[in-house]
Amino acid sequence: MPAETAPTVFRAGPGFAALLRLELLLALRRSADIANPLLFFVTVLALLPLGVGPEPELLARMAPGLIWVVALLATLLSQESLFRSDFEDGSLEQLALCPQPLYFAVMAKAAVHWLVTGLPLALLSPLLGLMLSLPAEGYLCLLISLLLGTASLSLIGAVGAALTVALRRAGLLLALIVMPLYVPVLIFGTGAVQAAVDGYAYGAQLAVLAGLLAAAAALAPLAAAGAIRISLDN
Amino acid sequence: MSVTPESHSLLEVRQLSCERDGRRLFAGLDFELVPGAALQIEGANGAGKTTLLRTLIGSAGDFSGDVRWNGLPYPRALPQLREALLYIGHQAGVRRGLTPAENLAWYGAGRGEALLALEQLDLYGFEDTLCQRLSAGQNRRVALARLFLPKAPRLWILDEPLAALDTAGVSRLQGQMAFHLSRGGSLLFTSHQAVALAQLQRIDLAAYVPTETEEPFAGGAYAG
Amino acid sequence: MGRSRLAWEWFHRLGSPRWFYHKTGAWLPWLALASLVLLAVGSAWGLGFAPQDAKQGNSYRIIYIHVPAAFLALAGYYIMAVSGAIGLIWKMKLSFVVMRAAAPIGAALTFIALFTGALWGKPTWGTYWVWDARITSMLILLLLYIGVLALSRAFSREQVGDRACALLALVGTVNIPIIYKSVDWWFTLHQPASIKLTQSNSIDPSMFYPLLTMIAGFYCFYAWTLIAHTRSLVLQREWRTQWVQQALGEGS
Repeated sequence: MPAETAPTVFRAGPGFAALLRLELLLALRRSADIANPLLFFVTVLALLPLGVGPEPELLARMAPGLIWVVALLATLLSQESLFRSDFEDGSLEQLALCPQPLYFAVMAKAAVHWLVTGLPLALLSPLLGLMLSLPAEGYLCLLISLLLGTASLSLIGAVGAALTVALRRAGLLLALIVMPLYVPVLIFGTGAVQAAVDGYAYGAQLAVLAGLLAAAAALAPLAAAGAIRISLDN
Repeated sequence: MSVTPESHSLLEVRQLSCERDGRRLFAGLDFELVPGAALQIEGANGAGKTTLLRTLIGSAGDFSGDVRWNGLPYPRALPQLREALLYIGHQAGVRRGLTPAENLAWYGAGRGEALLALEQLDLYGFEDTLCQRLSAGQNRRVALARLFLPKAPRLWILDEPLAALDTAGVSRLQGQMAFHLSRGGSLLFTSHQAVALAQLQRIDLAAYVPTETEEPFAGGAYAG
Repeated sequence: MGRSRLAWEWFHRLGSPRWFYHKTGAWLPWLALASLVLLAVGSAWGLGFAPQDAKQGNSYRIIYIHVPAAFLALAGYYIMAVSGAIGLIWKMKLSFVVMRAAAPIGAALTFIALFTGALWGKPTWGTYWVWDARITSMLILLLLYIGVLALSRAFSREQVGDRACALLALVGTVNIPIIYKSVDWWFTLHQPASIKLTQSNSIDPSMFYPLLTMIAGFYCFYAWTLIAHTRSLVLQREWRTQWVQQALGEGS
């Protein structure tokens, strides 16, 4: 290379697709971690009938709420590590120095988090509905509501994960911060399934869930990006 | 793109003072960095070297004074600055779940370029090992390999770049720094070691310690 | 223009902890007096002289504490979030201190609102806790406060904790209307509306005026505690500076 060429001012910044591919690759390489939320989901739901009793009528009545709450906890528990390794090895700092807004980096992370936790949880949920004697009318709605709802949970949880990434033991704190913010998603998610089980129309609840997802997709990455910049200043 | 004249300063710092946790680290710092120039920041541990670098890359906001990139004041200049910045901090910025080659590809290098750069830092043969299996020093060298990529950004800000290197590595890195300066790039770094570079300015933060009146704590108000 | 510059200067002066500390010292006795008088008059009036409620008897009188506390619990969250936002945007140290001072006070008021709501529930519903929409919303508000409090203690660097809490408070603010709406919807779904703690549509003036007095008293009390707590936090943060050393020297 000739010595007189000035270094390029251009800096190859990662596009959204590249970010998504990278996060997916990293997630797949940690495949042991992917299974954990799913196993947690199944294990807790297997324990619950041992606690409340095996009567099918009782379980059927509680099934929408139980599945939703445990799905929420499984999402939450897997969220602590969302930014952790990137923070520790300094690549989060490098991302923050990219000319591209951090918004897209957070979006990519939340999207991949959903792909490896929310999506499999939702796909697994009919099986657990079966174990909890969920009436047949509820399955489709359970699946759709979990697909929409867990995506919101991944986005909202990213804000909490970004706020606590600089702290050493952040798991419980993250739960304290994020759980109240999960309330609307939980209410409309279980509300939709309950309505389906009772034979009512549940389109409105699913529409609200989709609306919550749209709002979370617009706002949560912004807040998380701000939180990352704050945490990096620690 | 027009070539910037040599006299035009890229980074201009006037009367900069930084604080951390309510404590002033240094005050009244003045310098400018022109294309082709290098600046070494010196000072004891805790003198504020890292804080200064983090202020210059726009990650720490607790400063007063005037900092400009290409004539634009911070923080308005930050998007432009980031287009031209290569920063290596305390943490290497190397993803543990990727291999060195993949890490360099993330920073825009082709496979061949990445291999050449890794070879410069004695990492030949490790290019396809996951970085989590490499030692801390090796990871640091993966980060430094970014400096040997052909499409290097124009401003380098490096925190202790020589720390993880042996003598041969140090001399190769110095060579690369000199090459970067010769092609019109700029360099700002902290180091405990002396670095052999022509046109090297040095700033010792010990000369910019705030006066005692600005910091009554040091004056012993608490001692009584 | 001159006027706006003056306002801007005043704004920045207000942002100086030292100026705040010296200025507000004179306000405290007046606020204390106003809140004590208002609270004494309001509670005597409400508990002793206001008529009984036709349906609920004497138990309704708890609203003289419950309603003002619930008002301020929510308002306190907004005060906390707004001062946090001012701190984030204008990098004003004092407003972060106000935010930190507002968090425990708001949490305490939320707890009072919850506690009085539960006390009222016993004679009315026959049980201390009912998942009433209002009470549930209050509970979630308390959880939001607890989140901010827990986060504020987690950071070893105060400045980082300030900004993190401010951001969390803002996120909470965006969420509060959504949470309240969804809890309302959830409640109507599961239970038809029964007697509510406050039926503001048909409250008699003889009950309403003492309530207004109590609300005014609570606002004064809130301002008093917020300023007093902010002042003590200012001293804690600025203890290294000369003016604090002087101020404390004068006091002793």
